Amino acid sequence: MKRSIIARMAFAALLRNRSRSLLTMLGVVIGVAAVIITVAIGTGARTSVSNQINALGSNMIIILPGSLNQGGVRTGSGGASTLTPGDGMAIATLPHVAAVSPTVTLRSQVVAGGNNWQTTVTGVAPSYTYIRSWPLASGTFISQADVDSSAKVCVLGQTVISNLFPNGADPLGQTVLIKNVPYVVIGTLTAKGQSGVGQDQDDTIVIPYSSMLERLTGQTTLASMDVSADSPDNVDAVQTEVTQLLEQRHRIVSGQPDDFMVRNLQDIANAAASTAAILQLLLAGVATVSLVVGGIGIMNIMLVSVTERTREIGLRLAVGARRSAIKWQFLIEAVALATTGGAIGVVIGFLGSIAVSLGAHWPAAVPLSAVAFSVAFSALVGVFFGYYPAAKASRLDPIVALRFE
Amino acid sequence: MASVVEVRDLRRIYPLAEEPVIALGGIDLTINPGEFVAVMGPSGSGKSTFMHIVGFLDRPTTGYYAFNGRDVTELSDDALADIRSRELGFVFQAYNLLPRTSAVENVELPMLYAGVGERERRAAALAALDDVGLLKYAQHHPNQLSGGQQQRVAIARSLVNDPRLILADEPTGALDVRASNDVMHLFRKLNDERGITIMLVTHEPDIAAYAKRTVTFRDGHILSDTAAEPEMAVS
Repeated sequence: MKRSIIARMAFAALLRNRSRSLLTMLGVVIGVAAVIITVAIGTGARTSVSNQINALGSNMIIILPGSLNQGGVRTGSGGASTLTPGDGMAIATLPHVAAVSPTVTLRSQVVAGGNNWQTTVTGVAPSYTYIRSWPLASGTFISQADVDSSAKVCVLGQTVISNLFPNGADPLGQTVLIKNVPYVVIGTLTAKGQSGVGQDQDDTIVIPYSSMLERLTGQTTLASMDVSADSPDNVDAVQTEVTQLLEQRHRIVSGQPDDFMVRNLQDIANAAASTAAILQLLLAGVATVSLVVGGIGIMNIMLVSVTERTREIGLRLAVGARRSAIKWQFLIEAVALATTGGAIGVVIGFLGSIAVSLGAHWPAAVPLSAVAFSVAFSALVGVFFGYYPAAKASRLDPIVALRFE
Repeated sequence: MASVVEVRDLRRIYPLAEEPVIALGGIDLTINPGEFVAVMGPSGSGKSTFMHIVGFLDRPTTGYYAFNGRDVTELSDDALADIRSRELGFVFQAYNLLPRTSAVENVELPMLYAGVGERERRAAALAALDDVGLLKYAQHHPNQLSGGQQQRVAIARSLVNDPRLILADEPTGALDVRASNDVMHLFRKLNDERGITIMLVTHEPDIAAYAKRTVTFRDGHILSDTAAEPEMAVS
């Protein structure tokens, strides 16, 4: 007896009960669609995070102040105010270091004409735009001369421009008061959008770091330092050199914890990606459970179907069906339900991912592996949950089955 | 030519907990090609059990059964299924047609299991429907047919493999008198004109009267085995 003929009988039986077949599939449809959508969103989120981090410059290393141990009291990360502009100058002389930009930040109310706005004032070096891959929209950026003279000049981000100069006036040459100190606008930055953590990167005013330290905060230490290696291959080497240099300059005895931290963006990207991966795995797990529940739904309906079609099974046995043919027919019916449901689920999942990505402005990529997994898994669900009803059908006594009411 | 059915000392005992029930207590019977046999008897007489064993739906506890000259008592379930699909036709009281399936597809069913090719299948099914006078209803579904028509579709299904034997289990039990007579005339015609061997199980004497030989069962034994009177044979 040919399998293809049994398969055709199975499909004929499914088509005889179209609406029931559709309802039976629904569980698997929803399960597979859920798997596809969660995986697509998860993958999209990972891609978007890593894209944003790469946009910052993949050669970039960030040096942050570490924790300080003062008489047994540990200050926690960032508690040490030990990074100085001098450290930056020393790092700039290291081989493979393309650029260094010390960074200091300050939350402050800024005023221009009749408008005011609270924003983040960032003190940086001329290399900042290079390290951050952040081109200017107009004017010029801070020069080394500006840093040397602690000049009162500033470069504005787009969010600040739209709030301080709402009527579209050209900000170049205008004066902005930062903590009542007048700064002249010499340039504007292009729009950069949100950072990986959802912060508006355009809501900032950039000034020379020396100007910030001397005129605004009176401090001598830095919030962080951006260092750019001359090629992605040298990031690790630069990271090691920077660490050794700073340990030497800060007189850290070997064996003692460092009072600074060196992070490269790849580490940060990896950390963000692994967080997203865990979340995605969790969601996919929940979706898989719903797929299994869908399989149980198929088993239920198949069991009902075996009972309801008892006389049909009796007849098939009487007209010469082998028991194995009956078993195969019901098994194929279950697998066909599951895989058809899976296929419909893939289509719905695909459309759903597109809808979600349009709605949430998130890239949503459906990986082929997720499609293959869910279709294979739904077929497996069909075999697993179809076997018992099929075996039950094939074991029926034809005499009893033929008389079944 | 070998007899279609030959049983010797056939017994069927149901081993129940308290006392075994003897459904058949030693049956000897031969059905030759071209015979039209009615098996009669009250319920519990063993006639249904006998039909189930003859149709391989049940196995005898002991005894000899040769179908078409071949000892079938030791054959496997699959081998018996194959004989059912190629050499036996069944007609049941409740028609047992597949719902929402056209008449012609219902008739094709046994050939599917016999592995007959698609074109040959359709041709044979249409020919069988023509034999029972329902060719123009080939595409009708069972719920669009009367009881008598449905039973004739079932007869076409039993005919379609050109079987050695048709087993009819109370084929008129669900039909009114007119439809019953139509169906019995059809059986008689198939037997007279095409020499198809038929074994009919019934408890109604006027239905049994269409057969040419009547075997009466009682309490698991054959009570009588008589050839029909010639003048009763055709009405």
